[in-house]
Amino acid sequence: MSIFEYNGSALVAMVGKNCFAIASDRRLGVQLQTIATDFQRIFKIHDKLFLGLSGLGSDAQTLHQRLVFRHKLYQLREERDMKPETFASLVSAILYEKRFGPYFCQPVIAGLGDDDKPFICTMDSIGAKELAKDFVVAGTASESLYGACESMFKPDMDHEELFETISQALLSSVDRDCLSGWGGHVYIITPTEVTERILKGRMD
Amino acid sequence: MECVFGMVGKGFALVVADTSAVNSILVHKSNEDKIMVLDSHKLMGASGEAGDRAQFTEYVQKNVSLYQFRNNIPLTTKAAANFMRGELATALRKNPYMVNIVLAGYDKETGPSLYFIDYIATLHKVDKAAFGYGSYFSLAMMDRHYHPDMTVDEAIKLAEQCIEEIRSRLVVAPQNFVIKIVDKDGAREHSWRRTTKD
Repeated sequence: MSIFEYNGSALVAMVGKNCFAIASDRRLGVQLQTIATDFQRIFKIHDKLFLGLSGLGSDAQTLHQRLVFRHKLYQLREERDMKPETFASLVSAILYEKRFGPYFCQPVIAGLGDDDKPFICTMDSIGAKELAKDFVVAGTASESLYGACESMFKPDMDHEELFETISQALLSSVDRDCLSGWGGHVYIITPTEVTERILKGRMD
Repeated sequence: MECVFGMVGKGFALVVADTSAVNSILVHKSNEDKIMVLDSHKLMGASGEAGDRAQFTEYVQKNVSLYQFRNNIPLTTKAAANFMRGELATALRKNPYMVNIVLAGYDKETGPSLYFIDYIATLHKVDKAAFGYGSYFSLAMMDRHYHPDMTVDEAIKLAEQCIEEIRSRLVVAPQNFVIKIVDKDGAREHSWRRTTKD
């Protein structure tokens, strides 16, 4: 089994009208065995920037700690929060530093940039950025997620419709993947508020 | 065939481990204590490569004591868990410790807690945890019978059920088990479940 599939994960981020959503599954496994059903894969960097980390859980935790550290330093020096585009470049650089001994993670970065314009991107484990205007996916369920998102996505959805769409896409995709699932964790971010919801899907 | 498992109850946390020290087909001893008492209110059950287990658990215990000497205040369970994860993560790409850990602790402010730490340095706070081949049986048993806020007696009974399951279903089941408990009064050995005298 590949090291990327050791813990199992599913991540998706979608763009709406002046808002974005980022969602993950909740399973933490060790290959075939499920250890926990409340594992956190999405982390808040600041109010308008969220980072999802799929892949090996240990590297996701290490990378998260390193990135929070770098962002806090940035905040001290620049006296403001990092823009999502800047943060994506930072993540890319940190991943490429370990080109010949990489972190086994695929990050999904989602944020509101200048003028609250939604920004999403993903990258592979060595930092190759992939910007998208509609949705990005990562994790063991990524192939199913691509299909589900492609068919369910519409541009310029408002936050209610976006929540429905991303939830349905996530739940239907993880149901086809044995290594991810056990519920969902969805964050909807608009310029004024952040909503966090837990989804109950097939618990298996 | 090492078995370590643990669970959280009402105001306490329990860790159970087998006590066999095995080398291929030979059982060196069957009273090897694999649950280290880190400080007054922390228990660390470890399973994995024998040398790494002894080295790593002693290293963590000494560093936890050092922190207390330097700062006049003990580490919280969460802090100790994160320290362990950091050490495992740093060593992972150089000279990994093949040790899986169940950390149980009691803090005055937050009560009892249990942490699952993989040998790859995956850290997660849980209500029940298990490692080894025995985990297939003990986790299933705990999934069925565990509920939050169990009393000590209920938890011991569940631990016994898990031990019975391991004894009857695991092909090379360990002979003896030790149960240790941590609550507001501290971390201490609770009891043994023996099938052989050593």
